[in-house]
Amino acid sequence: MTSSTEQPAIETHQLVKVFGENRAVDGIDLRVPAGTVYGVLGPNGAGKTTAVKMLATLLRPDGGEARVFGMDVVREADAVRGRVSLTGQYASVDEDLTGTENLVLLGRLLGHGKAAARERSAELLAAFGLADAAGRQVKNYSGGMRRRIDIAASILNTPDLLFLDEPTTGLDPRSRNQVWDIVRAVVAQGTTVLLTTQYLDEADQLAARIAVIDHGRVIAEGTKGELKASVGSGSVHVRLREAEQRPEAERVLTSALRATVTLDADPVALTATVDGRGSDLGAAEEAARALAELARAGITVDNFALGQPSLDEVFLALTDRRPEAEPKAGEIERDGENERTERTERTVR
Amino acid sequence: MSTTTTTKTSGPVADTAYSAPRAEDLAALLVSARRPPRPSALSASLTFGWRAMLKIKHVPEQLFDVTAFPIMMVLMYTYLFGGALAGSATRYIQFLLPGILTMSVVMITMYTGVAVNTDIQKGVFDRFRTLPIWRPAPMVGYLLGDVIRYLIASAVMLAVGMLIGYRPDGGVVGVLAGVALLLVFSFAFSWIWTMFGLLLRTEKSVMGVSMMVIFPLTFLSNVFVDPRTMPGWLQAFVNNSPVTHVASAVRDLMAGGWPAADIAWSLGWAGVFVVVFGTVTMRLYNRK
Repeated sequence: MTSSTEQPAIETHQLVKVFGENRAVDGIDLRVPAGTVYGVLGPNGAGKTTAVKMLATLLRPDGGEARVFGMDVVREADAVRGRVSLTGQYASVDEDLTGTENLVLLGRLLGHGKAAARERSAELLAAFGLADAAGRQVKNYSGGMRRRIDIAASILNTPDLLFLDEPTTGLDPRSRNQVWDIVRAVVAQGTTVLLTTQYLDEADQLAARIAVIDHGRVIAEGTKGELKASVGSGSVHVRLREAEQRPEAERVLTSALRATVTLDADPVALTATVDGRGSDLGAAEEAARALAELARAGITVDNFALGQPSLDEVFLALTDRRPEAEPKAGEIERDGENERTERTERTVR
Repeated sequence: MSTTTTTKTSGPVADTAYSAPRAEDLAALLVSARRPPRPSALSASLTFGWRAMLKIKHVPEQLFDVTAFPIMMVLMYTYLFGGALAGSATRYIQFLLPGILTMSVVMITMYTGVAVNTDIQKGVFDRFRTLPIWRPAPMVGYLLGDVIRYLIASAVMLAVGMLIGYRPDGGVVGVLAGVALLLVFSFAFSWIWTMFGLLLRTEKSVMGVSMMVIFPLTFLSNVFVDPRTMPGWLQAFVNNSPVTHVASAVRDLMAGGWPAADIAWSLGWAGVFVVVFGTVTMRLYNRK
């Protein structure tokens, strides 16, 4: 296991992939330290899968370069393949074959003899709780079982780098937790994991560092704490008794906190950022004052919570309504504002 | 470690009360994994051939096109044309069977493209393509599996033919030689379909294009009648068609002859197909 100060597991420089008119990946710079889980977070169509496919040697980049353990993914593709495994977004096992057949097939393709491939398959199936389903076609497996055999297939030969492309999309909470446990165990053994996800709690749970991707570009990168800090220190969630009072509550909160107030999907709920920027009070004091203001205005508050911003809020702040404010301190790079101009320049060139 | 209790019923498998592997168990699993040397080109291809066999085992319906279709071809054309072209069905089948065998097997190769196309849409191909193996192995494995299908089709047609009166003068050796040549040619010819399977975006378009290629190529040959009755321009095409060469060679081999020229032409065409369409297929495969 290499330490993070040494060679990174992945290093990309201005990586580009174009499909027709669509710049699916539009100049991505990533540096993934070895031995950690790195989260790539973004909405559907942000370019996550395309980026992973280039790193896993499935797609040829149209520009820039990418290195995996120092090896170029195009020129040294074969050497890269020897060290990575991919669990794709759609089951990367053969649905017509049984669990055992799938693993034996891959074991043979990885160079194991017949007996060794069978033995290793049996071990993995048992460890992943699939021993009883080993003789059944994968198409009869539940979503969680599919994911598990998929990951088992990826660690037949323990890879140095494992790509997990949206590993828990469509899974129920229990299966999702099982996949998370497996990921943690794999990383504990020194494998680097690059995880793409559209779920913030997943990145929050697993990843040491996170890159937020939107429209094929990295719009923010850093540790979880850094990302959260970039959208203010906290937020207050308020639940009212009467939905009719919400416009009034919004007005009161906006003036009391001098901050952005979001109306939640729930018709009685509001969320406001409290970052202490508006005054020299702490976030909690500010929130308390705002609540007092609400009471004075005759608005009944049933429930409230003050918390760190969730990654959801970070994500929305970064993708939806890009703040006009200058980037915050720290390692965060937020180049969303420049995106349009840069893109135009690119087209002109 | 995990207490698993699954009820053995057909259909979906009940997910078990499963707890993820404990870190130390997984550690043992991961540490014990030593990396073996990569498999040879032949071994990887054969492994993919084994995959094709497993698919036949699990989805035997896919053998319909190599059993029912060939039987239909033999019976239909023998009784449709037999009386008119050769006086009787029994006499016609002596001429027709090797030809219709060639035609049917060459037509069956078409399904390769559809299979490649549907398979490639699924995630499992992404995994194959990230393996450090000889690049053409998945495709070669496909075609090796298909050779078994062609063999089944050949056996079925010969059996039906014998039942309704076909008597090959070349005996077992002649028949086997004919079938072997046909299989070699079909394996080579199939690279056209792997190309289309990778090139075209949907299964339907693969089917459509395949029909456009396969119908003229197989019908415009000497399978049904002697080309001498055809107009000159058509004779020029028919006499130089690879299907004509293969059909003639198979017919002669099964009749006990040694058609050196036709065998050479058949193998020559086979070589051309592999080199040209095999190369294009692998380019597409690597770029996909």
